[in-house]
Amino acid sequence: MSAASNSSTATQVLFDAPGPKGRRRILILSILSVVAILAILAGALWQFHANGQLDPNKWVVYLRADYIAFLGQGLWGTLKVTALAAVVAFPLGLLLALARLSRVKLVSTLAAVWIEFYRGIPMLLVVYAFLLALPAFGVTFPRFWMLVIPMILVSSASTAEVFRAGINAVDKGQHEAAAAIGLGRRDAMASVILPQAVRLVLPSLILALVSLLKDSTLGYVVSYNELQFQGKTLVSITRYLVQTYLVVSVIYIVINFLLTRIALALDARMKARSAAS
Amino acid sequence: MDAIRENIPLLLQGIGTTVALTLLGYTFALILGTVLAVARVSPIPPLRWAATVYVEIFRNIPLLSLLILISFGLPDVGLLLPYFWCGVLGLTLSSAAFVCENVRSGINTVPIGHAEAARSIGLGFFGTLRFVVLPQAFRTMIQPLVNVFIGTVIGSALCSAIAVQEITWVTQTLNIRYAQAVLMFLIAGAVYLILSLGGAAVGSAIERAVAPGGRGRSEATRRLDVTAGAQA
Repeated sequence: MSAASNSSTATQVLFDAPGPKGRRRILILSILSVVAILAILAGALWQFHANGQLDPNKWVVYLRADYIAFLGQGLWGTLKVTALAAVVAFPLGLLLALARLSRVKLVSTLAAVWIEFYRGIPMLLVVYAFLLALPAFGVTFPRFWMLVIPMILVSSASTAEVFRAGINAVDKGQHEAAAAIGLGRRDAMASVILPQAVRLVLPSLILALVSLLKDSTLGYVVSYNELQFQGKTLVSITRYLVQTYLVVSVIYIVINFLLTRIALALDARMKARSAAS
Repeated sequence: MDAIRENIPLLLQGIGTTVALTLLGYTFALILGTVLAVARVSPIPPLRWAATVYVEIFRNIPLLSLLILISFGLPDVGLLLPYFWCGVLGLTLSSAAFVCENVRSGINTVPIGHAEAARSIGLGFFGTLRFVVLPQAFRTMIQPLVNVFIGTVIGSALCSAIAVQEITWVTQTLNIRYAQAVLMFLIAGAVYLILSLGGAAVGSAIERAVAPGGRGRSEATRRLDVTAGAQA
C-alpha cells in the first residue's frame, strides 16, 4: 500500500497488468499514436518548409554573438524584474495573509478587498493604469517601475492566498500545544505556526515565481527591455518573426520548466518526510 | 459620462467579446484538458509522453508569448486565422494544460481501492474512469477548475495586445479619445470582477450540489496541491 500510494503508481492502478491480448492491443495503439504524433509534427514542419521558414539563414542568426547578447540583455531584464517583484511581493503577501486572518474586522476586510481585487482583475489593466491613467494626474513612473509595481500588486494578492492556505494547513494541535505552553496568539503565530506554514508553502512560492516570470512579459506593453520586448525589437530588425518568438518562447519554457521541477521535487520531498514521521 | 452614453454599443460589443473569448476558450480547454488527462493516465506510453510534453510546454510558456506567436507567427507559416480565433486558440491551449493537471491530480485523490474494486467487477480502463474514478474526482476538481476559469478570464485581457477588440481594448481606446481614465478602468475592472466572482459563485454552487454530506479534503489542503501549478 505504501508503494502504491505514491502518485506515479496511483495512475497505473486504473488498468490491470495486461495479459498477452492486452499487450498486443497496447502495442498496436502505441504504434498508431506514434504514427499520428509523427504525422502532426511532419505536417507542422512541412507547413514551415512550404512557407520558406526552414531556410537555415533565418535560424543561424540566433548564433550570432550580438544577437545572443541582445536577447541575453532581455533575459537579464526579465530576471531582474522578477527577482525584485518577488522580494517585495512575497513578504507583502505574508503581511496581507496575516491581516486577512486578523481578528480586527476592519483590518481583515481591507486585506480581503485588496486580495480579491488584485486576484480578480488582469495585470494588464493595472499596467495600463500606470501607463495611461496615473500620468493624467501628473504621476509618472519610469518604465521599469510601470512593470514592477503592477507585478508586485498582483503577486502580493496571489501569494497572500498561498500563505493563508499554508497557515490553515498547519495542524490544529500545534495551536493547542502553543497555547498549552502559555504562548499568546501573536507569539504562537510567530514562533510555532509561521515557521511551519512557510515551509509548507515553499513549493507554491516557487510556482509564484513562474507566475511572476510570465507576468514580466508585459514589459512588451510598456517597452521595458525584458525578453519579450527584446524579441519584438529583434523582429523589427531581422523580420524573422516566427523564429525570434519561438526562440524567446523556448527560453521562457526552459526556465519555467526548471522552476516547476524544483517546486515539485521540494513538494515530493516534504510529503515523503511528513509521511515518514 | 458622455464617453459611456455615446459608446454603449462599442462597450457592449467589447464585453460580449470578452465573454465569448472566455467561454469558448474555457469550454475547449475543458474538453482538450480532459482528453489530455486521460492520455496521461492511459496504458499507452506514447500518448502519456505526448500529453506530458504538451503540459510542460503550455503551462510554462507565458500566455502573452503564446498569443503573439499564434497571431503574428501563424500567418508566416501560411495559416490565416482571424485574431479573435487566435485569442480563443491561445486561451484554449494554455488553459488546457492546467485543466489536465487538475483533472490528473483529482484522479489521484480517489482511493486506489475504488479503482481496484471497479476492476474486480470487470470494468476496463474506460469503465473504471467513467463510472468510478472521474465522478468522484470531479468533486475535488471543482475549486481548481474555478481557478482555471478565473485564469482564463484574466488571460482574455491579453488578447487586447493582439488587437482583439475585447473590453480592455475598447476601454483603452475610449480612454485615449476621451481621457476618462478612471471611468474606463472602473468599467473594465468591474467586467472582470463580475466574470471572475460569478464563475467562483457558480463553482461553489456546483460544489454544494454534489457534496456528499462532508467534504473529503479541506480547502487548505486542496489549495496546497502544487502539482496543478500556477496560471496566468
